[in-house]
Amino acid sequence: MTSAAATIPWDELIEHDRVHGSLYTDPDVYAAELERIWYRTWVYVGHVSEVPEPNDYVLKSIGPQPVIMSRDKQGEIHLLLNRCTHRANLVCDAPKGNSSAFRCPYHGWTFSNTGKLLGYPFNSGYAGTALKSELGLGRVPRVASYQGFVFGSFAEDGPTLEEHLGAATDAFDRLVRLSPTGEVELTAGWLQHKCKANWKMLLENETDGYHPQFVHSSIFSVAASGIGDLYGEKSTAVCRDLGNGHTENDLRPEFRRLDQPLGWFGTDPAKVPDYVDQLTAVHGERTREILVDGSPHVMVFPNLFIAEIQLFVIQPTAVDETVQHVTAVQYRGAPDMNRRMLQQTIGSVGPAGFLLADDSEMYERNQRGVQARNPEWLQIKRGTHRERQDENGFTVGDATDEVPQRAIWKHYRSLMEA
Amino acid sequence: MHGATPALDLDLLREVEQFVYREARYQDELQYDAWESLWTDDGVYWVPANGGDTDPTKQVSIMFDNRARIATRIKQLHTGKRHSQTPPSQLRRLVSNVELLPPPEGATFGPAGDVYAGANFLVYESRERGVTLWAGRSEYALRTTDDGLRMAFKKVTLVDSDRPLYTLAFLI
Repeated sequence: MTSAAATIPWDELIEHDRVHGSLYTDPDVYAAELERIWYRTWVYVGHVSEVPEPNDYVLKSIGPQPVIMSRDKQGEIHLLLNRCTHRANLVCDAPKGNSSAFRCPYHGWTFSNTGKLLGYPFNSGYAGTALKSELGLGRVPRVASYQGFVFGSFAEDGPTLEEHLGAATDAFDRLVRLSPTGEVELTAGWLQHKCKANWKMLLENETDGYHPQFVHSSIFSVAASGIGDLYGEKSTAVCRDLGNGHTENDLRPEFRRLDQPLGWFGTDPAKVPDYVDQLTAVHGERTREILVDGSPHVMVFPNLFIAEIQLFVIQPTAVDETVQHVTAVQYRGAPDMNRRMLQQTIGSVGPAGFLLADDSEMYERNQRGVQARNPEWLQIKRGTHRERQDENGFTVGDATDEVPQRAIWKHYRSLMEA
Repeated sequence: MHGATPALDLDLLREVEQFVYREARYQDELQYDAWESLWTDDGVYWVPANGGDTDPTKQVSIMFDNRARIATRIKQLHTGKRHSQTPPSQLRRLVSNVELLPPPEGATFGPAGDVYAGANFLVYESRERGVTLWAGRSEYALRTTDDGLRMAFKKVTLVDSDRPLYTLAFLI
């Protein structure tokens, strides 16, 4: 089989400050992305809190492929492909549950939650049980987690998860540091928001600091929100290339200038005294600084967006269709804060959200617009003249610059040409 | 909100039917202020995700608006910059199976009414993206006021609330 990726002239489609429209519409590009990105690099799959007990499982996905995330009775987490090794039926149809085994409804083949084939009915038809050792469930060969976030890679070899995350590990550390127990839980359920757009329209928008004042002006004009100013001409916030395609809108310079604990969340310590007490018990004098700095806004390539109090998971389902899964971050053991994060999430995101409904409208209009063939290119040059290195050697730009988009495409091209 | 219909009060049933039809017309015809005026001051508008049996104080919902958030939603639509409704969806909905219901048992996550009713709906939405059909059930806690019936609580359970959904920025 010829590799789709090998036949596409990536260097002619991806330049430093512009990318070709066909990258969002060409089915061959999409096929190449599945091969070189989704079925090769580390992809976020689920969180340990979604399978808290032995034998818990939950259905997840890697791109269009259905995956079962299971925890075996010893507590180890497995990523199994939801496909019977006999004739390809789904072996599991419940979205989540607790079971030590999965029984295919088609011919009764039964697999353990570690993927082992336990047995098939009427052994004589196979002249015995020899096949059992060969036909365990397909599995994602490499599984690793960081701060409870479970990733899978279909590549047998390659960079470790921590090498892949690189500087983005700091985003996870900062996220869990805001929890009094040092742990987050993804227990609030998921909204699934579908749109007719290529997945990269979403990927690039997550750390686009240029759009909020335009796409979200309607809600900023009717509800008190400091978000718009964070992404203005005067903002001291920066955008950052974290390497390996990971990107950030670092709002801390603005939050430090404003110097309001929990200001990033639009509240103050008096409203959530229990939470602040709990956090102070852990962090002492550093608590104030932690509460001023707030939660990260980081897009972990290719599919996990840590958006302060929400987590988004991007799932491509076709070249022009994407499902965005979103849930509220919950801090284990902080009910007062969790209630507020949940209600703010419900208001902001998902199909009816004050913010995300309009983002999604933009994705779909982008996808329709890119059908026009003149101009052929999309510009991502904003801020090229003022990008600079920060004290750690990362490329940064002003709040509204397109450093993140250039970082995404640079990494994308390296993967596609690999 | 299941169980036997109370002794049928035909006048009340007719009043409730007229109310839900009027609400549907306001929604379809983008009469946002008229629609908002159908709410009581403590109104709660809930569109659950992942089936109708979740606890919206612990689980995500598609919408869970208190009265202030309903007002914000209407103000946002009025800005003309709510891109997901600019241009607005073209809408027509059928509302049927209108029934008076006994008061619900157990937690409802919304304020009480003095009249309870349920209805099924099918919304035909046309946008640039294409046509989307939205089917589901509305359950109402209504209050009798000097101005007629008002909504204290409306719960809208979509048939496909547990599946990926397109943007739902119009009033359902």
